Amino acid sequence: MGTLIVLFWIAVALGVAIAAAWGFRALAAALTRGELHRALRDAPLTASFGMMVILIYLVIALLAPVIAPFPERMVVGSQFMPWSSVNWLGTDALGRDMFSRMVYGTRNTVGIAFATTLLAFLIGSVLGLLAATVGGLLDQGLSRLVDVLMAIPSLIFALLLLTIFGTSILTLILVIAVIDSTRVFRLARAVGEGVVVMDYIEAARLRGEGLVYLITREILPNVTAPLVAEFGLRFCFVFLSISALSFLGLGIQPPTADWGSMVRENATLITFGDVTPLLPAGAIALLTVAVNFVVDWQLYRASGLKE
Amino acid sequence: MSTQDVLLSIRDLKIEGKSGDDWLPIVNGVDLTLHRGEVLGLIGESGAGKSTIGLAAMGFARDGCRISGGTIDFDGIDLRRASREQLRRLHGKRIAYVAQSAAASFNPAHRLMEQYCEAPVRHGVMSRSEAERDAVDLYRKIRLPDPEGIGFRYPHQVSGGQLQRAMTAMAMSCRPDLIIFDEPTTALDVTTQIEVLAAIRDIVEQFGTAAIYITHDLAVVAQMADRIKILLRGDEIEEADTREMLAAPKHDYTRSLWAVRAFQRPEQPAPKGAPVVSLRNVSASYGKVPVLDNISFDIHPRRTVAVVGESGSGKSTAARVITGLLPPTRGEVLFEGDALPPDYRKRTREQLRNAQMIYQMADTALNPKLPIRRIIGRPAQMYLGLNGRALTERIRELLHLIELEPDEYIDRLPSELSGGQKQRIGIARALAAEPRFIICDEVTSALDQIVAEGILRLLDRLQGAFDLAYMFITHDLATVRAIADDVVVMQKGRVVEQGPKPEMFAPPHEPYTELLLSSVPEMDPDWLSRLLEERRHKDLPQGAEK
Amino acid sequence: MARVWRMIAQRLAFGVVTLFVVSIIIFGATELLPGDFAQAVLGQAATAESVAAIRRELNLDLPVYIRYFDWLGGVVQGDFGTSLAQRGRPVSDMILSRLGNTFFLAIYAAAMAVPLALTLGILVALWRNSLFDRIANSTALSAISFPEFFVAYILIFVLAQAGYFPSMARMPAGADLGEKLYRAFLPALTLTLVVTAHMMRMTRAAIINLLSSPYIEMARLKGMRPSRVIVHHALPNAIAPIANVVAINLAYLITGVVVVEVVFVYPGLGQLMVDSVSRRDIPVVQAIALIFAAAYVLLNLLADVISTLSNPRLLYRD
Repeated sequence: MGTLIVLFWIAVALGVAIAAAWGFRALAAALTRGELHRALRDAPLTASFGMMVILIYLVIALLAPVIAPFPERMVVGSQFMPWSSVNWLGTDALGRDMFSRMVYGTRNTVGIAFATTLLAFLIGSVLGLLAATVGGLLDQGLSRLVDVLMAIPSLIFALLLLTIFGTSILTLILVIAVIDSTRVFRLARAVGEGVVVMDYIEAARLRGEGLVYLITREILPNVTAPLVAEFGLRFCFVFLSISALSFLGLGIQPPTADWGSMVRENATLITFGDVTPLLPAGAIALLTVAVNFVVDWQLYRASGLKE
Repeated sequence: MSTQDVLLSIRDLKIEGKSGDDWLPIVNGVDLTLHRGEVLGLIGESGAGKSTIGLAAMGFARDGCRISGGTIDFDGIDLRRASREQLRRLHGKRIAYVAQSAAASFNPAHRLMEQYCEAPVRHGVMSRSEAERDAVDLYRKIRLPDPEGIGFRYPHQVSGGQLQRAMTAMAMSCRPDLIIFDEPTTALDVTTQIEVLAAIRDIVEQFGTAAIYITHDLAVVAQMADRIKILLRGDEIEEADTREMLAAPKHDYTRSLWAVRAFQRPEQPAPKGAPVVSLRNVSASYGKVPVLDNISFDIHPRRTVAVVGESGSGKSTAARVITGLLPPTRGEVLFEGDALPPDYRKRTREQLRNAQMIYQMADTALNPKLPIRRIIGRPAQMYLGLNGRALTERIRELLHLIELEPDEYIDRLPSELSGGQKQRIGIARALAAEPRFIICDEVTSALDQIVAEGILRLLDRLQGAFDLAYMFITHDLATVRAIADDVVVMQKGRVVEQGPKPEMFAPPHEPYTELLLSSVPEMDPDWLSRLLEERRHKDLPQGAEK
Repeated sequence: MARVWRMIAQRLAFGVVTLFVVSIIIFGATELLPGDFAQAVLGQAATAESVAAIRRELNLDLPVYIRYFDWLGGVVQGDFGTSLAQRGRPVSDMILSRLGNTFFLAIYAAAMAVPLALTLGILVALWRNSLFDRIANSTALSAISFPEFFVAYILIFVLAQAGYFPSMARMPAGADLGEKLYRAFLPALTLTLVVTAHMMRMTRAAIINLLSSPYIEMARLKGMRPSRVIVHHALPNAIAPIANVVAINLAYLITGVVVVEVVFVYPGLGQLMVDSVSRRDIPVVQAIALIFAAAYVLLNLLADVISTLSNPRLLYRD
C-alpha cells in the first residue's frame, strides 16, 4: 500500500511539473522577441522546467526575509512539532520553524555554492587559458600539479583540508573552490588548446599581439560557450559537495540555516515515517536537476546536430 | 545497349537533409541509368550531393538524411521498398562500397584479411579458406607488395595508398555487380593516386563490374568512366559519354569547369634587384625529427615562387621558418639582405608587418567571433596607427580591393560568408599590413575550382598593384602552372630542383620532378593508359610509396 | 609485445610516482597549518602538558622531511602511527576491520552497478533518440542530480519503513555472507543507483561516438547484421572507452561510500574518516585519505593498462 501511495504522488508531481513547465515555456516565449524567443519556444519541456525552477529559487533567495514567516534562528516552539497552520512544516530539533529555515536555506546554501563556483571558475579558467596560450614549462608545471591534485578524490581531499583548517564558511569556500578549480582548469585548458591551434591565433601572434590581447580578445570569445555550460555542471557538483559536507556536519555550521545540515539534524524523523527531513534534501535535488536540464539543453544546442 | 542490360535505374531521386528542425533538399529529382559493366562518373563540387546519391544507389541514407522521393531499381529490386533484411543481403554481396578515407573505414581492431573475408563468408559466397586464397590472389592482381603477408597486418601498419587498394580488393571480394567508389583518391598524394587509379581500373575491367565513380576531379574521372554526369547543388547539369563530354561540353557550367584550367598569368620580366626574402642553407627539425635539410631559395619582388611537394615534403615547414614560428637549427632567413631574428617574438613590428600570411583553411584563419571590421582593421590599426574615421575608410578601401561591397560586408561575421569570400577576407587582412611579401599556404586547395580561379586572379592583380612578392605553397601542379614565375620542388625536406617556370616544365627533369609532373592527371581519357605504358618501358618507379 | 610491457611498466612507474606525490601532499598539508599544530589540534583551552605531549608524540621538533620519511617508512610497513583522539591506539588497528567492510560494500555496489549500467548504456545508445532513450536519459540526469543522502533516505523511507530491509547496516561479528548481503543491501543499492546513472550516460556517449565512425558505416554497407556490427566491429574498439568509464565511476563510488556509510551507520572507513575529521584526529584522516587515494590511482592505472592492451595500434607496430 505504502509503495502505491508513493507512486501515486510521484505521478501527480510529474503531471504538475509537466503542466507548469509547459505553461512557463508559453509565457516565456510570449514575453520575449527575436533570437531568444525562438530559442525559448523550441526549448524542450525539461529545459523550461529547469529555467522555471531556477527562477523560483532566485526569487526565494532574494526575498527570503519577506517570504519567511519567522526569523532564521528563532526558537518558536517545542522540538519536532508536526505541520500546522502556524508552523507550516512543523519545527526542527531545536524548535525552530522548519519552513522559515527552508526559505533562508535557499539563500545560504545556494549563495555559498554559487560564490564557491565563481571562485573556482576564476582560478581554473584564468590558469587554464594561460597554460594553453603560453604553453611550455608553465603549461607542463600546472598540468602535472593538477594531475596529482586530481589523483585524490575530491570529497576525501576536502575532508583532509577541512580537518587541518577547521570548518568555517570561508575555509569551506576556499577549500572547495581550490579543489574544484582543478576540474575547471582541465576543461579551460583543453578548450583553450583547441582554439590556440587555430590559424587565426597564429596570425595574431605573428602580428605581434601581446598575451593579454590574445587571451581576452581572440581566445575568450571562442571559449565562453563551453565554459558557461561547464559553469552549470560545476555548480551542481559544488552544490552537491557542500551539501554532502554539511550533511556530514563538516560544512556550513549551525545555527546558519542550510539544507544539508537540516537533513542531518532532523534525520531521526524519517525512521518514524515523517517526510519533513526529506524536504531540504529534495530542495537540493530539485535545483540540481533543474540546472542539469538547462545545461543539457545548452550542450545539445551547442553541439548542433552532431547527434 | 538494350534495356535488358540495365543494372541500376534511378528515377526522380529526391533526398533531404535535416537542418535544425527542418528538412532541406539536397538532391532534387536526379535520374540515373547504369548498364552492366559500365562505369559512370559523378562529378560535382562540394555540396553537389554526389556522395549522397552514391549511397542512395545502395538504398542507404546517412543519419540526418532521408530519401524523400523517386525510385531506385537495382536489377529488378525496388531498393526503396526493400526490407532491411533484403538490403542487407545485397550490401557487400551485389553492391559494394569503397569509401574516401580507407584509413578511417577499415576497423582498427581487425586485420585486413579478417575484414576481407567477412563479406564472402557471412554472405555465404565462399568458405573462409577459399576467401583467404582469393584475397591473396586479388592482392596480387592489384599489385600490393607482399600479397601473402599483407592480409595479416592491421590497418595502421599499411600506408594510405595500399589501404585504398586493399579496400578496393575487399569491395570485389563477393564479385559484386556494382561498386560505388566515393572519392577514393581525394586524400592521396598525386604520385600515390596513380597506383590506386590504375588498380581500380584494372580490376573493374577484369571482372566486368559496373561502377559509379564519384569525384570532384574531372581529369581523374576522364580516366575511369565511360560516361560522365555533372551535378550542381543537387541538380543534374548534363550527361554524356566521356570523350564526347571532354570534346564538346554543352552546358555553360561544364564549360566553366574546363576553363578554370586555362587560366595562366603572363610571363613576368626576369627579376631585377635584390630578393625580398632569401633562405640560406636552412635546416630545421621538430624535436629530434629533421624536417628541412639545407634548403636555399630567393623570392624577388613582383614574382611568385611556387614551392611544390607532396605531404611531408617540408614545404609548410619552410613557411614556418620564414615567419619565425619554427627557428631553424642551421642557416638563416634574410629580409632585403638583413638577417631576420629566428624567433618571431624577437622580430620588430616592422619586420612582422612586412611578411604576411594567407592560410589554407579560411574557416580556421578568421576568428569566428570577430566581425570583418575588426579582422581587417586590427593590422591597419596596429601597424599604421589608423583610428576612427581613417580606419573605417581604410577597411572600406580594402574590401573594395578584394571585390566585396563594403556596406554589405563590413559588419558581418565570418560565418555569414561563403568559402571564397572568407578567403578574400584573409587576403584583405594580409594586405591591411601593407607588406612586401606574402606567404600563400595552399590558399586554393580547400576551394571549388571556379572559386579558386577567382582567388588566383585576384592575387595576381594585387601583386601587380602593390609590388608584392609571393611564396605559393601548393601540392597542385595545375596551380603552379597558372601562377608561378619560379618553382621550387621539394621532397623529404630537401630541394630537389629549382628554377624559372618555363625551364622547370620543360625536360630534362630530375627523376622526382619527372615523377611528380607525369603523375598529374590530364583531361585526356587515354592519359593513364599511355602513362602506365611509358612507365613500364622506362622502368620508372611505380610511385613514391615505399 | 616487449614494447607493450615497457609501456605498462611505464604506467605503473607513473602510478607509483603519483602515489608518492599524493603522500607528500597528504602529509605536507598539515604543515600549511598556521601556528602550532599541537595547539591547533587541542584548542585554546589545552594545558601546556598535553600540548607538549602531542609535540613529543609527533616529533614536531624534528625537520619536516625527517618526519615525512619516518611516516612514509611506517606506512609502507602498514604502520600509520597512533591515533590522537584515542590516545595510544595504533591507527592501523582502527582501520583494518573497517577496510574490509568498505571494500565489501564497494564491490557489492560495483557488482550490481557495472553490468546494469553497461547494458543500459549500450541499449540506450542503440535506440538513441527513441522514447526509451529520452526517458532513460532524463531519469539518469535526475538521479545524478540527487545528493546521495537523499537517495539513501528515500530508500529507507520506502523499503526500510515497510520492513523489507534494515535501515541500520550494523555488521554483527561472525555474520555469514547471506546475512551480510542482506544487511548491506540498502547502502549498496543507494550507491548502485547513483553510480549507474553516471556510468550509463558515459557509456552511451562513448558508444555513440564510436558508432559514428566510418568503419561502422563500412560494416553496415558490407551487409553485416546489426548484432554483428555491434559485437564484432564496435565492441573491440569500445573496450578502452568503457574501461575508462568504469574506472571513473568506481573511483566516484569511493567518494560516495563516505556519505552512504554515515546514513546507514555502516562500520566502514568513510564513517571513521568523518568521525576523525570532527575530532581532528589527523593521523587517522591522513591514513584513510591515503588509502582512498591509492584505490583511486590504482583504478585509473588499471583502466589505462586495459586500454593499452585492447589497442592493436599500440600492440602491433613496425
